[in-house]
Amino acid sequence: MKELTELKLKVLDLLNEDARRSPQLLATLIGVDEEAVKEAIAELEADHVIVKYAAVVNWSKIEEETVTALIEVQITPERGRGFEGIAERIYLYPQVKSVYLMSGAYDLLVEVEGRNLREVANFVSEKLSPIDSVLSTKTNFILKKYKQDGIIFEDREEDNRLIVSP
Amino acid sequence: MIVNEDTKQQQVKSMETYLSPLVRNIPPSGIRKFFDLANGSKDIITLGVGEPDFTTPWHVREACVYSLERGMTAYTSNAGMIELREAISDYLNDNFKVAYDPKDQIIVTVGGSEAIDLALRALIVPGDEILIPEPCYVPYSPITSIGGGVPVGIETYAKDDFKLTAEALEAKITPKTKVLILCYPSNPTGSIMTYEDWLPIAKVVEKHDLIVIADEIYAELTYGQKHVSFSSIPGMMDRTILVSGFSKAFAMTGWRMGYVCAHPDLIAAMLKIHQYTIMCAPVMGQVAALEALKHGMEEKDRMVESYNQRRRLIVQGFQDIGLTCHEPKGAFYAFPSIASTGLSSEEFAHRLLLEAKVAAVPGTAFGASGEGFLRCSYATSVAQLTEALDRIGKFLHKLKQES
Repeated sequence: MKELTELKLKVLDLLNEDARRSPQLLATLIGVDEEAVKEAIAELEADHVIVKYAAVVNWSKIEEETVTALIEVQITPERGRGFEGIAERIYLYPQVKSVYLMSGAYDLLVEVEGRNLREVANFVSEKLSPIDSVLSTKTNFILKKYKQDGIIFEDREEDNRLIVSP
Repeated sequence: MIVNEDTKQQQVKSMETYLSPLVRNIPPSGIRKFFDLANGSKDIITLGVGEPDFTTPWHVREACVYSLERGMTAYTSNAGMIELREAISDYLNDNFKVAYDPKDQIIVTVGGSEAIDLALRALIVPGDEILIPEPCYVPYSPITSIGGGVPVGIETYAKDDFKLTAEALEAKITPKTKVLILCYPSNPTGSIMTYEDWLPIAKVVEKHDLIVIADEIYAELTYGQKHVSFSSIPGMMDRTILVSGFSKAFAMTGWRMGYVCAHPDLIAAMLKIHQYTIMCAPVMGQVAALEALKHGMEEKDRMVESYNQRRRLIVQGFQDIGLTCHEPKGAFYAFPSIASTGLSSEEFAHRLLLEAKVAAVPGTAFGASGEGFLRCSYATSVAQLTEALDRIGKFLHKLKQES
């Protein structure tokens, strides 16, 4: 793992808050040259530290609701490759949104998205469970997202300060 | 509401004659006037807010909630919970190199405001002159007047970065001068005083045997250098009443938690006033303040860093739209000069509000020497700041075309 400079850390923090901030704005906020910021961003992108600039979407605000399940998967690791090969076989499915190797009672936590319950259930019974080394699955459907990636989805109190105060 | 005609009759009679002239003669706050004007307007962006834009960190709020669940609802000792006073003592010692004994040198107060009131009430003999460098936080002068003291302003200037100079101080001293009030980092100018800046001031204070009320509520909010407490200047500890609190550093304005530290004789006197008027600061706030001091430093540092980013943004922004602004090195205010527009502070602020939908406080609300300046708080989001700067820029352009 690469050690990051202080500048790069600051750039990451500020972009993590709002990825649409321009290098010029970042430079002003941090108090350095715009060129230095551009260089830092270019390096972060080249090193795949910044992987993608994506919008965080609260899909539940939209009519076409999707269902998401967190599936606990127990696996027999493969000789020589451990969990890597099976994890790959799972994460290559587009409906799989994330895959984590876990400590504890199960091995992989797989986040799967579908248009409805049946679609997710079908994925589990037709794709996931039939994989030879998968021993068991336990599907947990998400009922509501309160917070994701550090962002609270509920509409919360606005700025309630007085407009002018001493 | 139904108003009885008889009651109405009674209300017509003025009750003002019953008031103490000391209170009646206090002018209404310039900020208040502006608040009434701004409050009705829609879609405005405000740079007029004198408080952090962060909500109190959750662990602090949660500590308070937990204390309520445990039933901590009784009075504390008059000076405040000893654990909190100990924590304040350690904190001041570690961060500002001033040593106050938690047993008899610290009172926990209802905001820094109460601490200022206590100090002035304990010191003023009617007729005493109280020196107040201006532009400054609004309440010092009226509280002085209520106590029968005579507020004496000392003008500070943009050319000195609004620092107090020994010459200006010396020039205002008379045989009646008793107290000097200091507020650095400064609301409204954002200026700070360094160790080297303080030394000549300390000499004058010593020479004329003054007492200093040092309002250091913004002590944590300095950028690039650490705040120097006046009390830490050699020989000044006994002469200094240090006022501070949790509002600005820990985003706890609404909790009203402050404290005052001083020589035991002064604290004993202030404690008498405090115990008869307040009894003790609210226990819920004290629990929260203790949590903030024990576990809140990381979050505090994060907030200070965030103010610093926005400070750079607003200073650069004013530069870009052609307003001169000395670099504010403390608090969360910028104090640009609007003199180039030819408008008075009050006119500028009013028109800016009505025509550009940006609220900022005219410099004159902080004393006559604030004329030609505008206090802009940058404790607001980057997006709002950017939009506000854009609007101010367009407003300036419009003014130019008019002339």
